[in-house]
Amino acid sequence: MLNPASGIPTEPFVRRLIPFLAAFFLAGPALAADIDPANWSDVLAKARGETVYFDAWGGSQNVNAYIEWAGGEMLKRYGVKIVEVKLADTADAVARIVAEKTAGKDKGGSVDLIWINGENFASMKRRHLLFGPGWAEKLPNWKYVDFETKPTIRTDFTIPVDGLESPWGMAKLVFFYDQARTDPATLPKSAKDLLAWASEHPGRFSYPQPPDFMGSTFLKQVLSELVPDPSVLQKPVNEATFSQAAEPLFAYLDALKPYLWRHGEAYPKNYPAMKQLMADGELDIIFAFNPAEASGAIEQGQLPDTVRSFTFPSGTLANTHFVAIPYNAAAKAGALVLANFLLSPEAQARKQDPKIWGDPTVLAMSKLDAEDRARFDAIDLGVATLKPNELGPALPEPHPSWMERIEREWKKRYGVGN
Amino acid sequence: MIARLGPPLAILLLTGPVLCGLAGTILPAFGYLPALGGTRFTLAPMRDLLAEPGLVRSVLTSLAVALTTAIIALTIVILFVAGWSGTRIFGRILHLVSPLLSVPHAAAAFGLAFLIAPSGMIARLLSPWLTGWRQPPDLLIVNDPLALSMTAGLIVKEIPFLLLVTLAALPQVKRAETRALTASLGYGRIAGFLFGVWPRLYSQIRLAVFAVIAFSSSVVDVAQILGPTLPPPLAVRIVGWANDPDLARHFLAAAGALLQLGVTALALLVWLLLERLAGAVTRRLRQSGRRWRREAVLRHAGLAAMVVIAATVGAGLALLAIWSVAGLWQFPETLPGSFTTSTWMQAVPQIARPLGITLACGLLSTLIAVAITLLCLTRELQTGRPGGRGALMLLYLPLIVPEAAFLFGLQIFFLASGAGSGLPTLVLAHLVFVMPYVFLSLSGPWRAFDRRHEAVAAGLGKSRRTILFRIRLPMLLRPILTAAAVGFAVSVGQYLATVMIGAGRLPTVTTEAVALAAGGNRRVIGVYAFLQMLLPAAGFAVAIIVPALLFRRRRAMRAG
Repeated sequence: MLNPASGIPTEPFVRRLIPFLAAFFLAGPALAADIDPANWSDVLAKARGETVYFDAWGGSQNVNAYIEWAGGEMLKRYGVKIVEVKLADTADAVARIVAEKTAGKDKGGSVDLIWINGENFASMKRRHLLFGPGWAEKLPNWKYVDFETKPTIRTDFTIPVDGLESPWGMAKLVFFYDQARTDPATLPKSAKDLLAWASEHPGRFSYPQPPDFMGSTFLKQVLSELVPDPSVLQKPVNEATFSQAAEPLFAYLDALKPYLWRHGEAYPKNYPAMKQLMADGELDIIFAFNPAEASGAIEQGQLPDTVRSFTFPSGTLANTHFVAIPYNAAAKAGALVLANFLLSPEAQARKQDPKIWGDPTVLAMSKLDAEDRARFDAIDLGVATLKPNELGPALPEPHPSWMERIEREWKKRYGVGN
Repeated sequence: MIARLGPPLAILLLTGPVLCGLAGTILPAFGYLPALGGTRFTLAPMRDLLAEPGLVRSVLTSLAVALTTAIIALTIVILFVAGWSGTRIFGRILHLVSPLLSVPHAAAAFGLAFLIAPSGMIARLLSPWLTGWRQPPDLLIVNDPLALSMTAGLIVKEIPFLLLVTLAALPQVKRAETRALTASLGYGRIAGFLFGVWPRLYSQIRLAVFAVIAFSSSVVDVAQILGPTLPPPLAVRIVGWANDPDLARHFLAAAGALLQLGVTALALLVWLLLERLAGAVTRRLRQSGRRWRREAVLRHAGLAAMVVIAATVGAGLALLAIWSVAGLWQFPETLPGSFTTSTWMQAVPQIARPLGITLACGLLSTLIAVAITLLCLTRELQTGRPGGRGALMLLYLPLIVPEAAFLFGLQIFFLASGAGSGLPTLVLAHLVFVMPYVFLSLSGPWRAFDRRHEAVAAGLGKSRRTILFRIRLPMLLRPILTAAAVGFAVSVGQYLATVMIGAGRLPTVTTEAVALAAGGNRRVIGVYAFLQMLLPAAGFAVAIIVPALLFRRRRAMRAG
């Protein structure tokens, strides 16, 4: 769940042009020879004293607090200072790196580590903006990573990762309902079921207005379930495949619209807005990309403790989110040490605790020693969180080009009123 | 003498950014922006703009909101002032309404949203005993396609502004004398006011009404909180284009900003027609000879509207405060089931930087604005010529040219000039909006100062400088501090200027609050909006307490 905040833009134009100007005045300082993650003691030595600018979506207080904790540990253990650059939208940092490359600033860039996945990763990889060759699988803590049963760790939205980004956490689309209001037996088991459920409960379901990240995710879930030939979603979209694959999606949305909250004349802005509407009793089914999200919200008094989770037995979208190092990062060694620390069992277990953040781990329990496994066993996942084996099958994300195309079509059909 | 510098400085500060900004908007709107590879003039951005889906609807929404807001706000102000000025109730209501001027637009809009939403306070108070609602009804109230809630949000904020401008102008039109005259001719209060006082009064406040129209037609923050989303009003879409990661969209944004200028101009043009229409109707009514003495309903409607508005904003702000400490608070409970300080605890570490920037920018821009205003007014004393119509137009220029139209270009101008987007440029941008308000609120008391004090001092052989610093400035301390508080409040409330000129890197309490509105977390919004409202209130508290302390042993200097 990288980028739920696309509502209010705060990163205008000036910021992205600064590198152009800066390039005229600043000569790139000579940097140490390239860094080899296979020689880890050398990496640690070079990292000491560096400052790592970690560009991360900053819209969630939990996540910001977690990164602050990681920064404190990094300084204590490795002498690396971490500065979180809070982004309203990950695409802003990508645009900044593009601008730096255009301005010829190939060293000493402003971003050292970036929280990323999906379309932003695809665009950075395509434009050769990432530090390489593949370093992620050479990190010491890679040995714990569960790439065997979690295929999205090596394939990000159909794009091969090639070790250019290091996995950080898992995301799975889950739905929430309030058992005080909704009988679990009536819950929908598929997108088609959901349409039927909505028609029996008019005004009690909605999805965030695309291009909000969660709204687009809902469209992709429906698309993945209804597409006649799922294999087309794994390739870049073209007009022929789009008109064929998207037709059932838009027929579905047309049918759903009259039963939506406010009859589809307004949409929630994003996930937090949906959560508030559920707390207000305006929506009965909402969804998120983090299975522990509802438990966290209950913990913080934002949702009643009768909220529970469910998924579709035939599968819901799943993906992995990563950290990557731009090709022109100023503190590559420090960024590598931070990426490795974020993969450590200690940091991953802390991240999975719903009281801290609740983001599922990328590690395999079977690869951990007894002491580290105990850290995970000790976590109380919370009443509303499904066990990993209850989450249901994972549907692969479509190729990033689909999302952009569907968002455009959605805006044309539903985004401008009647 | 240094005061000589005042007027040219003020002219430069007020017109410079607006004109540079407009140039920076118009050139890219026709494809010229070398930094982005646009080196020749083309109509392509205009074509792209016209191809945007739902553009006509966005434009119509902006127009309708602007005109409706101005008509309703002005009507209520007229009814209230006509029906009640000179009475004791008038003074009491004034005390109730004037503080609303300092409430930032965004905070008032949030408060209103929390009040009128289907799950808001009004529905909670009435449910389930009256309405039978156990769940909030599925009604589209906030973000409605007709922009009614957005218009309401603007009206409650524009009425205090229009009312205070009207009050400032009242002494110059001999209201009490005219009232005595019209009453002796047998006219009712409202008719007498309309026929006798209003024509002269309106010519004094006309620019302020234009400012209301221009502001409402191009407002961004209130539109984002209360306005329609499918599609949003024009100004909101311009900001979206201006912030698109795809830099090529900036040409589209510039074209949109130019269209915004046209929309605002059109709204003003329609207003001019409405003025003529209203003038004709008033003439007809006057010539009919009727005295319109049965006006109790209208008078009380004006009073009721004022009370409702003050109560609405007040209740909204109280709601914000409650949400900031609320635990779980489900419909239809009227109070939260539990209270918690955790929202504040989480927000406080993250609020330090926005708060610091808000304070720094607000204090600096206010200080500069007050200094320049004092220079201008001192110069006016020396030359003995008060600024005429031209000066007033100048003051209102930044308030009448829509923000979205010139801030976008100003951003490009700062960039091209290498000024970047630091605190100095942000202060300069805020100054454009702070200056007019400081000048407008200080010039009245300054010109009304009893010059006999100065004559006495001069007669005792004191120099001009001594008279200024030992007599006039200390005696005018209260209005000077009040003007500063107004300026500070304006700076705190700036949204668009901060987002665009600060390039997102200088977050203030207001930009954070509006950004969090997208998150829909009412508790966090409550915290930020509460702070947003607290800062101006603190400014006004200083303006009241400092003179009270300084003058505690001088009875004649105490507040009346």
